[in-house]
Amino acid sequence: MNKFILITKGIIKENPVFRLLLGLCPTLAVTTEARNGLGMGLATAAVLLCSNIVIASFKNFIPNKVRIPVFIVVIATFVTIVEMLLHAYFFQLYKVLGLFIPLIVVNCIILGRAEAFASKNTIIDSILDAIGMGLGFTLSLILLGAVREILGNGTCFGFTLFGDGYVPFIIMILPPGAFIALGIMLAIINKVQGAHS
Amino acid sequence: MAEYIFILVSAIFVNNFVLARFLGICPFLGVSKKTETALGMGAAVIFVMFFASLATHSLYNYVLEPYGVSYLRTIVFILVIASLVQIIETILKKISPVLYNALGIYLPLITTNCAILGVAILNIDLKYSLLKSLVFAIGSGIGFTIALLLMSGIRERLDTADVPESFKGVPIALVTAGLLSVSFLGFSGLFVSFIK
Repeated sequence: MNKFILITKGIIKENPVFRLLLGLCPTLAVTTEARNGLGMGLATAAVLLCSNIVIASFKNFIPNKVRIPVFIVVIATFVTIVEMLLHAYFFQLYKVLGLFIPLIVVNCIILGRAEAFASKNTIIDSILDAIGMGLGFTLSLILLGAVREILGNGTCFGFTLFGDGYVPFIIMILPPGAFIALGIMLAIINKVQGAHS
Repeated sequence: MAEYIFILVSAIFVNNFVLARFLGICPFLGVSKKTETALGMGAAVIFVMFFASLATHSLYNYVLEPYGVSYLRTIVFILVIASLVQIIETILKKISPVLYNALGIYLPLITTNCAILGVAILNIDLKYSLLKSLVFAIGSGIGFTIALLLMSGIRERLDTADVPESFKGVPIALVTAGLLSVSFLGFSGLFVSFIK
């Protein structure tokens, strides 16, 4: 039961995007389509999982004073691996995400989990934590991507949803739409939460 | 010369770092509550961006590329930027305490700012020469500062505005940023023939 909470807390209670407001740069930048959100989310989750495993395994050997540089090097190594894999096998996605793949290094979710969780807990717990946080991040990106894609393009994951009469709300897939969509979604979450408590 | 002006203007207005490229959103939302702090943060970012571009561009073209290890750039750049920020902090403390007092508290925050790593990587991806990357770095820094300043001006007024309960704080800041970004879209027609 306790292990189960480790996974679910990242999805709802401590959702990195909607509750903790971490990793907003990639969240806003790549969510022009639900598919790109999925790709970015999975790439980040993969880096998070690998870095959590490595950091949790070596936590007793890393001197406390240099832990942050060590974490950054570990994270940067996995980001480079993910970047090369995407370049080789998912070239389309690699081109769309572009700059934001190397920038996974400075995504505060990953360093945050390394510092706050993986460096203090067992390997199994760290894996579960990474899966939960990774899923929470991916789902948030898909949600924001889907909202923007449906409103801005009338499609979802590339499938056309409406008839010919639908006039897309183009601003939603342009940069301003990202800010406005996320702002309104956060307000809705606040509202729902306010009604609950 | 026209090329340099084009790079500068396009980095400031057309492809504004915050409002069009989504780099440096965390400080944009975090330090845009007061005009003075926004100005301090902006100045520190311009300063670090300039030196980070100088260091990473030279390192990439004279070390990584000739030895065929350009795939290491992410690791190398983040370490270079982190140590550079430390060095700048130490030097500033020694030679210019006035400047250190103005920028000091913002410098540690900058290491994990994606705008700095972003400008270093963009310089390489866009295949800019050293001089062009320095111009691009300054332009990007100025663009960041302008976005931050405009935002802080608006947020100071938002404090006294009557905002619905659920929109208070970050949600209204994001919607404001969206509207600010709409106005920056107006610049996108500026260099239509250049942007492909």
